[in-house]
Amino acid sequence: MPPEFSAQSKQRIERVLSRYPNKQAALLPVLHIAQDEFGHLPDPVIELVAKTCDVSPAHVFGVVTFYTMFHRSRHGRNELMVCTNISCMLRGGYQILHHIEQKLGIKAGQTTPDGAFTLVEEECLAACANAPMMICGQDYFLDLTPQKVDTILDDLRRRWREQQKMSPVGGAGTLHGVGPTPGAKA
Amino acid sequence: MANAEAANLKIVTKNFGVADSHKLSVYQQRGGGQAFRKALTMQPAALVDEVKKSNLRGRGGAGFPTGMKWSFIPKEAKTVYLVVNADESEPGTCKDRELMAYDPHLLLEGMLIASYALGCKHAYIYIRGEMMREARIVDEAIDEAYAAGLLGKEHYGASGAFKLDITLHRGAGAYICGEETGLLNSLEGKRGWPRLKPPFPAVRGLFNAPTVVNNVETLMNLPDIITKGGEWFAGVGMGKSGGTRIVCVSGHVAKPGVYELPMGISTRALIYDVCGGIPGGRALKGVIPGGSSMPPLDASEIDVPIEFDALMTDTRIKDVEIRPGVPFDLGGGRKLKTMAGSGGVVVFDDSTDVVALCARIMEFYAHESCGQCTPCREGSGWLARVCKRVARGEGEAGDIELMANVANGIGGNTICALGDAAAWPMLGFITKFRADFEAKLAQSAKARKAAEPTGGVGARA
Repeated sequence: MPPEFSAQSKQRIERVLSRYPNKQAALLPVLHIAQDEFGHLPDPVIELVAKTCDVSPAHVFGVVTFYTMFHRSRHGRNELMVCTNISCMLRGGYQILHHIEQKLGIKAGQTTPDGAFTLVEEECLAACANAPMMICGQDYFLDLTPQKVDTILDDLRRRWREQQKMSPVGGAGTLHGVGPTPGAKA
Repeated sequence: MANAEAANLKIVTKNFGVADSHKLSVYQQRGGGQAFRKALTMQPAALVDEVKKSNLRGRGGAGFPTGMKWSFIPKEAKTVYLVVNADESEPGTCKDRELMAYDPHLLLEGMLIASYALGCKHAYIYIRGEMMREARIVDEAIDEAYAAGLLGKEHYGASGAFKLDITLHRGAGAYICGEETGLLNSLEGKRGWPRLKPPFPAVRGLFNAPTVVNNVETLMNLPDIITKGGEWFAGVGMGKSGGTRIVCVSGHVAKPGVYELPMGISTRALIYDVCGGIPGGRALKGVIPGGSSMPPLDASEIDVPIEFDALMTDTRIKDVEIRPGVPFDLGGGRKLKTMAGSGGVVVFDDSTDVVALCARIMEFYAHESCGQCTPCREGSGWLARVCKRVARGEGEAGDIELMANVANGIGGNTICALGDAAAWPMLGFITKFRADFEAKLAQSAKARKAAEPTGGVGARA
């Protein structure tokens, strides 16, 4: 079964399409919606998005792989984006990154086996006056120290465990060939 | 230097620190909305003139006069787009994010004024993908403005009916989309590849229509220009740069932050008076004055005002060179000093490994090169690899010349300015801190010698 958008996503997409003079221009917003729903963008989802925006799957593939925020493979529930660019580097950004690597037992670019965290070494995230810093979703974590990072990671993991308890019985991979993010509608 | 009124003047950060400053009700209580009402009583051409008179210059990096940019829009154009560049990603720059988070309605009012002046009916805000929180705040502000009838409803101005729609468009992680034509391609659902110019966006931009792309901070200056007048705005500025200047100070200072300051304050005053000096009693090594793509200043050059023209021409700043005594040519014999750029001031003290710092900048541009032009795609990678090996202590004799040569081959030879953004700081760091690069090479030569077998080559055979 090829994947389909949920009713909620379809509504969001309809609204997005009405804001542009052609469907192709809505490609980035539609990809964001698709990634919100399916967790990442494997081939079947790329084909679905191509159909939605009236462009070729090859075009969508080219766009997806051009931008760093679109993922072709599954990412963890919490994506930790740690800045190591100059302003953060000067104030210990790499120390923070290495501390997280050690604490989670993964390298930058990897996901923890339980799917709780993906660690990303990021370029400047525009919070230079509060370096070193990282983003997780809508949350900014500023003026970091290794101690602060410990508290943040413990807190995120606790919240993730609570969410896990509430996710659908089928769990990850329920949707054939695609696999929703934990907590997403299957 | 700016006039006395400018000392404590706040134009774009005037609502910072006010509770719920992101809400429309608070914005209106504090006088927001008056400027747009006044603008509606004026003819669009008069608004463009007012902005020209104000000496407002683009705050995204290039410092191009805003009024002049607007005047390039053909008079007979039926569809015109205004696009807000909120793709802030220049390392060291963190102003637009804060401006949008604290005062999104000031941005929307600036967009209303600009759209009325330009004849734009649908404006887009291209916000950086990673800024999910700010996207939510701006989206909520747009909803509020629709509910209040500011957007999506006809206003009656001196030139007739005027109605504006605004759409927030999220990017998806690509520095190159901050380049205005890369941004337009991205907004059209394509890879963010910069376009060849001409045609410039003012002639053929978004969806092939005449388009103005303005930075967030630039537009947020408009309400005060309209209420107080272009002459007033020019008067509080310095030389040909009107208004105040937002600087984002990061790195080795006691009080890093986003500050709105008089145009033309010196880097020295910024570091030692505003930001509390360098912590730990250390000495200053250098400063990047306008985001990582700008050549750095060394400690002897910090008395120059942080103003667009001064940083480009002041003779107290050394010319950037391709080799000792030979200045880099910007074309037509113009020499490169540095630029005010995006206002991202990065301060580094004498404990800093400047070669490693430079290597990190090169790594960034190599990562962000879009791959369209060979000099930038290949060259930025070369710069990153060679600079990193020098920083690691694995450099070879001639590496400094190699890097300068590669950088010189990129500068001015690419479709967009990203190539220059890699080449300029590379040449700048070598020019200002050559001794540090040489010391690294001397170290690695010594280490290599020590590792050689005592009998010389072949002794072990």
